[in-house]
Amino acid sequence: MDAFTVVRGPVAPLLIPDINTDVISPAHGGQGSMRANAFAPLRYLSDGTDNPEFPLNQEAFRDAPILLGGHNFGCGSSRESAVWSLIALGIRCVIAESFADIFYGNCFQNGVLPIVLGPDELAALARESAASDAIEVDLRTCAITTPLGRTIGFEVNPTRRAQLLEGLDDLDVGVRRRTQIEAFQRADRVRRPWVYLESAAVESPPTSST
Amino acid sequence: MSGRTLVDKIWDEHVIAELDGGLDLLHVDRHLVHDVTSPQAFTALTDRSLEVFSPELTFGSPEHSLTILAGRTEKSNTLSQQFVPLMRKNFTSRGLTLFDIDSPEHGIVHVIAPELGLTLPGTTVVCGDSHTCTNGGLGALGFGVGTSEVAHVLATQSLVQRRPATMRIVFTGSLAPHVSPKDLILHTISALGADAGTGCAIEFAGPLIERLGIEERMTICNLAVEIGAKIGIVAPDETAFEYVASRRYAPRGQMLEAAVTHWRRLASDGDAAFDRHALIDVSGIAPQISWGTSPAHTAPVDGRVPDPSHAPDEAAKQQWAQAMDYMGLQPGQPLEGLPIQWCFIGSCTNGRLSDLRAAAAVIDGGRVASHVRALVVPGSAAVRRAAEAEGLDRLFTAAGFEWGEAGCGLCPGLGGVHLAAGERCVSTSNRNFMGRQGAGVRTHLAGPETAAYAAIQGCIADVRRAA
Ligand code: SF4
Repeated sequence: MDAFTVVRGPVAPLLIPDINTDVISPAHGGQGSMRANAFAPLRYLSDGTDNPEFPLNQEAFRDAPILLGGHNFGCGSSRESAVWSLIALGIRCVIAESFADIFYGNCFQNGVLPIVLGPDELAALARESAASDAIEVDLRTCAITTPLGRTIGFEVNPTRRAQLLEGLDDLDVGVRRRTQIEAFQRADRVRRPWVYLESAAVESPPTSST
Repeated sequence: MSGRTLVDKIWDEHVIAELDGGLDLLHVDRHLVHDVTSPQAFTALTDRSLEVFSPELTFGSPEHSLTILAGRTEKSNTLSQQFVPLMRKNFTSRGLTLFDIDSPEHGIVHVIAPELGLTLPGTTVVCGDSHTCTNGGLGALGFGVGTSEVAHVLATQSLVQRRPATMRIVFTGSLAPHVSPKDLILHTISALGADAGTGCAIEFAGPLIERLGIEERMTICNLAVEIGAKIGIVAPDETAFEYVASRRYAPRGQMLEAAVTHWRRLASDGDAAFDRHALIDVSGIAPQISWGTSPAHTAPVDGRVPDPSHAPDEAAKQQWAQAMDYMGLQPGQPLEGLPIQWCFIGSCTNGRLSDLRAAAAVIDGGRVASHVRALVVPGSAAVRRAAEAEGLDRLFTAAGFEWGEAGCGLCPGLGGVHLAAGERCVSTSNRNFMGRQGAGVRTHLAGPETAAYAAIQGCIADVRRAA
């Protein structure tokens, strides 16, 4: 995955609460590619034309690499295609009041930075960047620089931050822990032997009832 | 020191290592895999030349992409034509257990995992599907993960996770006749909000929960994610131990006794502290129906669409207005009497035998209204057989309902039937998001009785009048 250090650009404001992943990455009614499909229910009118109200359809925000969200951004389905859809639109950072847990985790596996800010900070950021002036998000310093030159600090888990800066997903790191995991399973087999089913895929299933 | 919660006890048993910044490397006891979110994970393994770490703990069934109409095969639609053979190839080449489309044990993973005794109390169960929380009905710590995490579990049987905050929702009182666990949980979501549990694992507790059966508890846990919580769970008790006892993959004999002794210690200690609390008296709850585009947009079936000017804040006001526009509803409009074109009874929420029985009991000589297409889709092949053994299929078909094959069906809007924009569907599934069941389709979430009654009345209707 791509490393994340600094992203600079306009911020598209999508301040509605509970934006769900079915909306970000719909299974239906899209227009082909992941990029065209993203946000389809909000982005297109029922006749298939662009909805002028939707921020990413407005000239100022068409190529914005940063998205502002409300609370519970990314709720619903675990589909990672929601994050892939953001990337397809060129979005590398989402700043929101809160995130749904699964979506939040998926961001870090794909080089997308989710940032949590309070509602007042979000509103101020939306006001300052309304004219599509660029902001800067720097993961090295954990700071956002607004168009007025103000600095807003943000927090990210140190493990997540280190991996993003290096462009490593969990699997890159996880495979190095296999010996440790084997040791855990050996000890756990004694503690909870019923968890460890011995044979995979060999037994032919008996005819069963509910 | 105060006592520990159920979730913390199970969590602690699974910590392989503590990582920096409060993250844990957590062991996964059961990895459930379905057709749609797994292909890229297998590709990631192939690309990095990795093996599956614990093939004997990995189980799959194709369900999302399948047509659910009777007589279907994997060739019935283009999506399953693509996904089912791919899943079969990924599973057989790596020696993983697949409950394939024609297997007697096939079905929606969250329905079959408990049925087969794969889901056990105190286990961690994950799947590339957010409704893995369903498995919490048996006292398992189940949660959904993304596709990258599916790859991580395949390759390491573990996950990097932050310990969730804890929330306890206690239910008191008793459910009135015709009010189901689905109504209870929809009411709970509308009362607390779609993000009340964000960052939490929710333990559902209280005397009512203790009286409920496992299937009913699973319906409640299924919607934990719609309150924002990745995990919903009920403390395992005698009801859970009994449910597990004779299942195919469950321990037996002395091993079962040892397991039960272990499981008995998992319940939250009396003095355990929770980060958040809610208390809900269920006695006055009516059958529920959703009116908007979030499960939190739910009202009593004899209620009205709310007025956005009463929304708690500006953002919610905008969201409600947008939802009403999408749903073709006016503020203050009564929900009863709203004509529907579709009825879907099934899904990992309400596709179990007790759900089908409840729906069938409403028919009472009635017939599906002529302008409604109603489908009943069992959650698994085993549910289908059990329902047929009781004659439920004949009751449904005689009344004009279609009797489908196991799968997710209309819940994700796949399933081989096409709902058109603007059509209204009363659905026993769990999401009424914009475009969920098809572009422009208007979903109204409800319990099985309310859904069956709506199909017969041809409109949203109060099932309490059926009696
Ligand atoms: S029935 Fe619906 S919610 Fe359940 S697993 Fe299938 S698609 Fe997901």
